Amino acid sequence: MDKINIERREFLEKLIFSLLSLSCPGLLISKEKTPVYEGGYDPKAHSWGMGIMIDRCIGCGRCANACKKENDVPQLPFFFKTWVERYIVFEGGEVIVDSPNGGVDGFKRNIQEKKMLRSFFVPKLCNQCAHPPCVQVCPTGATFKTDDGVILVDSKYCIGCEYCIQACPYGARFLHPKTRTVEKCNFCYHRLVKGMIPACVEVCPTQTRVFGDRKGRASPLVRFMRMHKIRVLKPYLNTEPTVFYAGLDMEVK
Amino acid sequence: MNRIKAIGEKVPDQVKRLLIPVVLVIAAFVVMRHFLVPSDFGKYGHYRASAIDDVISQEIKYIEHTVCEDCHDDIVDMKKMSYHRDVTCEACHGPAAAHTEDPDGNKLQAPRERGYCPLCHEYLPSRPTGFPQIISESHNPRKACISCHDAHDPKTPEAPKECEACHAEIARTKALSHHVYISCTRCHETPEEHKIRPRDYHPEKPITRGLCGECHAEDAPAPKEIPRVDIATHGEMYVCWQCHYPHLPEVD
Repeated sequence: MDKINIERREFLEKLIFSLLSLSCPGLLISKEKTPVYEGGYDPKAHSWGMGIMIDRCIGCGRCANACKKENDVPQLPFFFKTWVERYIVFEGGEVIVDSPNGGVDGFKRNIQEKKMLRSFFVPKLCNQCAHPPCVQVCPTGATFKTDDGVILVDSKYCIGCEYCIQACPYGARFLHPKTRTVEKCNFCYHRLVKGMIPACVEVCPTQTRVFGDRKGRASPLVRFMRMHKIRVLKPYLNTEPTVFYAGLDMEVK
Repeated sequence: MNRIKAIGEKVPDQVKRLLIPVVLVIAAFVVMRHFLVPSDFGKYGHYRASAIDDVISQEIKYIEHTVCEDCHDDIVDMKKMSYHRDVTCEACHGPAAAHTEDPDGNKLQAPRERGYCPLCHEYLPSRPTGFPQIISESHNPRKACISCHDAHDPKTPEAPKECEACHAEIARTKALSHHVYISCTRCHETPEEHKIRPRDYHPEKPITRGLCGECHAEDAPAPKEIPRVDIATHGEMYVCWQCHYPHLPEVD
C-alpha cells in the first residue's frame, strides 16, 4: 500500500469542497412550491375534522342519502361513503349491529326489542386519519393526504388493486362497480375548497354532525371539542382519526 | 490538467469500462422518469396536482341553506320560529343547486307521502329520549302527515288528549310493564298549558319516596300482590328512581 501523501491544508480544502458538493442536488431541484390551489384556497391554513354527537342521532339516514346524491355513489346497498349503524345491546350482553341499506331507507323496529338493554345509532364515514394505513399500502401512490388533512384518491392512477380496502380499519372504502377504482368519503372536498361544509353535515336535521377547522381558534368543531368528552374509533391502532365521537359506547368497535 | 490526467491513469481499465453501462443506466432512468412522472407531480405534495383539480371539479348539488332565503323568505321566516328551525330545506326537498340556477326548469319535489316523516318520527327504541315519535300503525292510519301538520311549522293540530301522542317511547315502554294501568298524571302533575307549549310548561316529577310508598310501603292500602318494602330503610341513601325505572320496573 502506498502511503497517502497529502498536505494538511490540501486535505481540508478537498474536504470542504466535497461536503459542499453534497448540497448540489438540492440546488438543482426547484424549490418553487405554490401550495395555494387555483381559486385561492390555501390547504396549509386548514385542518378539517368532524364531530359526531351520538346522543343526538335519530337514525333517519338523511346524511347517507344526501352523500349518495351529492357524490353520485351507486344506489346499491353495498356502496357508501357514509352510513348509519344501529347498535342493540341485549340483556345478556349480546350485541347486534345492523345498517339496512346504510340507513338510507330508515330503520325498522327490531322484533327482539323486549330484551333490549340499550340501543343507539352511530354514523360512520372515512376517519381521515393523520396516519392513514390506506396511503401506506397504495402501490401506485394514487391515494394521498393533502395539506389540510383530507385523504383523496387519484382515480386516474388507481389500478383497483383493493389493497387500501383491506388496509382500512374502518371499512370506509369501496370499489366503484363501473370505474373499477376505489372511492371513499373525502369530506366533500369539492365543497370544502369553495368554503362549504360537507353535504351530510348540511342536511343533518338534529345537528348530530359538526364540521369545522381545527386550526381556527373558533369553529363549530373547536367548540365541540371543548364542550364534550370525545373519543375516536380504534384508538389503539394509532391512526389518529380526525372524526371525533361524543358519547361513544364501549360496544362500538 | 495534469492532476486530472494523473487520476485518470491511476483508475484501472476495467473500472473505466464499467462506467459506461453505469452512465447508460442513469441516463435511461432520467429519460424514463421524465416521461413517466407527470409534469405537475409534487406541486402541492407527493402526488399529482391535477388529481386535486379532478376531485374539486366535481359538481356541487347541495347548496347552502342560506341561499333558499333569497326567494322563499316567507317560508324561511315561518320555519325559523318552529321546531323544524334546524332542519335544512334540502333535508326534505333534496339537492337544490340545479333549482337555484333554473328555478322554473328544475322544480324541487316535496315529500307528501306518509312514509317520509316517519324516517325521523317513527317510534324506534334506539332514538334518543324526548325526540317526538309516533307509531304510524295507530297514529291516524293512512292519513297523509301534511293533512294535519305543516312541515314548516310542525305543531300538533289540536291539543293532544293522550300523553303518548308525543311521549310514544315512554308510553310504549310502560305498556309492557307492571305499571301499565297507572296513568302518567298519577306521578307527573301536568299543567294544562303543557299540551300547547310543551317546552315552556313542564310536568312535575316526584321528589320523595313517599309517592312510591303509596303503593309499595309495607302498610300501604293497596292490593296484596304489589311488592312491598320498608320505605324508611330500603335502598339506604337512594331515592326509588335511582335504582328502579318507574316506566319499566324490573321483575324478578
